[in-house]
Amino acid sequence: MKRSLRQRVCSVGNWLEDRTGLAALVRPMLTHLAPHDARWWYVFGSATLVAFAAQIVTGLALAMVYVPGGQEAYESIRYITEDAMFGRILRGMHAWGASAMVAMVVLHMTQVFLHGTYKYPREMNWMTGVVLLFLTLGLGFTGQLLRWDANGVWSVVVGAEMAGRTPVVGRTVADFLLAGDTINGGTLSRFFILHAAILPALMVAGIALHLRLVLRHGISEMPKPGQPVEPKTYREGYHSRLKRTGLPFWPHAAWRDALVALGVVICVFGLAWYFGPPAIGGPPDPSNLQANPHPDWYFLWYFAILAMLPPSFETVVILGTPIVAFLVFLLFPLVANRGERAPSKRPWAVAAVICGYLAFVVLTIEGVREPWSPDFAAKPLPAAVVASDDPDVTRGAKLFYEKGCLYCHEVAGRGGHRGPDLTTVGRRMTEQQLILRVDNGGHNMPAFAGVIDRDNLRGLVAFLKSRQ
Amino acid sequence: MTNDAPDRELDRRGFLGRISIAISAGIGAVIALPPIAFLLAPVFKSPPERWRSVGRLDDFEIGKTVKVRYDDPSSLPWAGVTARTAAWLRRTGDESFVAFSVNCRHLGCPVRWIDTAKLFLCPCHGGVYYEDGSVAAGPPPAPLARYEVRVRKKHVEIRTGKLTLSS
Repeated sequence: MKRSLRQRVCSVGNWLEDRTGLAALVRPMLTHLAPHDARWWYVFGSATLVAFAAQIVTGLALAMVYVPGGQEAYESIRYITEDAMFGRILRGMHAWGASAMVAMVVLHMTQVFLHGTYKYPREMNWMTGVVLLFLTLGLGFTGQLLRWDANGVWSVVVGAEMAGRTPVVGRTVADFLLAGDTINGGTLSRFFILHAAILPALMVAGIALHLRLVLRHGISEMPKPGQPVEPKTYREGYHSRLKRTGLPFWPHAAWRDALVALGVVICVFGLAWYFGPPAIGGPPDPSNLQANPHPDWYFLWYFAILAMLPPSFETVVILGTPIVAFLVFLLFPLVANRGERAPSKRPWAVAAVICGYLAFVVLTIEGVREPWSPDFAAKPLPAAVVASDDPDVTRGAKLFYEKGCLYCHEVAGRGGHRGPDLTTVGRRMTEQQLILRVDNGGHNMPAFAGVIDRDNLRGLVAFLKSRQ
Repeated sequence: MTNDAPDRELDRRGFLGRISIAISAGIGAVIALPPIAFLLAPVFKSPPERWRSVGRLDDFEIGKTVKVRYDDPSSLPWAGVTARTAAWLRRTGDESFVAFSVNCRHLGCPVRWIDTAKLFLCPCHGGVYYEDGSVAAGPPPAPLARYEVRVRKKHVEIRTGKLTLSS
């Protein structure tokens, strides 16, 4: 009695199932009933999960080569990017994957918010999701630092300075972050283990709970206007509708999830292949001062807020925003867990989403432009812009560059944006007003009386008056 | 007597439960306290402050502001370039110097000295400081911090310190 190969495989499978019970555990999870109308709107959560899984895989591979040491990190990441076979694409996938994950988390959260899915009985689904959002952002921030170039080092300094503003224990918190009282050989190891072990472990635990809650409360139906959530009757109604019209998650909903997740993965791979990973800056040398620390794109909005705040309540905002934002997001479903789910019946929810996205876009654009920063790359004004043979004016134009005016003021499209555009300043200010302003400063401009002598001042004012 | 048995059994269960929790807490403490102490130790270590030579006296021209680099006081053997730090140093007289921290008092970004304009400019949020380190414009809440400088055996030395915090 010879058994076929198929029969043998089956018997091994049966033995495994008998001894482990894994299929019995997983099958009901896969085939749980999902509402028949849970279609394309519902794909973002699983896309986030796949993006996270990809981060684990690419991250593990990177960590096998990356050396989290003060000196070696920079060299190892350059090796990964420039020399190691497939290193460029791998780092690219990890970096673009991080962006994809942030984007998917936000889309998922937007969908859940707009559809009122956070309402009864899914409040804790939302709340665990908020924790996962903040963990994701934490992973993003710590990940940027691991590039450990000049930008990475100075980002740690900025992070420590922000933490250092905490009343009373500021210094202690800052020192704890830095693993000492200044950047040192131990600083990077700290952020590495946060990024590569602690935060991912918390993520995995959070995701497990989040998914458990999805199974416990079921996938929500598409919201219908006029069908408000009423805690007393919701569960009964949901389950009876699900029994009538629900479809097993596998494969009726799963195929859409899989398709979109595939799209995300292909996009990440394509971007990594085409654009490669973010450029590595100068070495992590805190004595190299030619650095302009700035975060990756998903934090630029916050960077912009910090730059534009009036200094008087800066500390409150720096320390308070993350805490208040976390608590508002976290506790929101506890104060609004019933009523209409349909966006058409919740204009305020829709308005909040639109405002949020608009603010994000506007602040990000400002973050890229950095109009509050001096433009160190400004070049002396060319003769075509100066457009004068008057020796006073040409000397003034040279001084306008040398004295740093051009770093902050724009003339004919050149220079910084911190101060007013001076392309036509000669029309709106008299010679006397110009002298006073240059000498005394004001409106957030330094006084130059000490560094420009009378003769040079005449030249500078002549140049400014010629800007008609 | 038969009625007492379940109660006694419950007491026993409660007692064993409490004892198990207490033992677990003990295990947790034994496992967790050493790592916590290990991680917090650097925070409470009194900061080593050292005088570091940044060059010979003759190397510095009176009135000029230059960047000097030196190693921070608590550098670890494997720190490499991260052990480096810098200051803006100006010779103001024969043996007198002033040294400014390179960290902007706003959020710690590295300020640059623009010699022609006699200003320190911060690239992050546009903080500006005058020659003497006082705030000229932008968000910094305080003047640039200073380090002590001394001249020993024709060498200029800076007293190293902690990362300057704005608070």
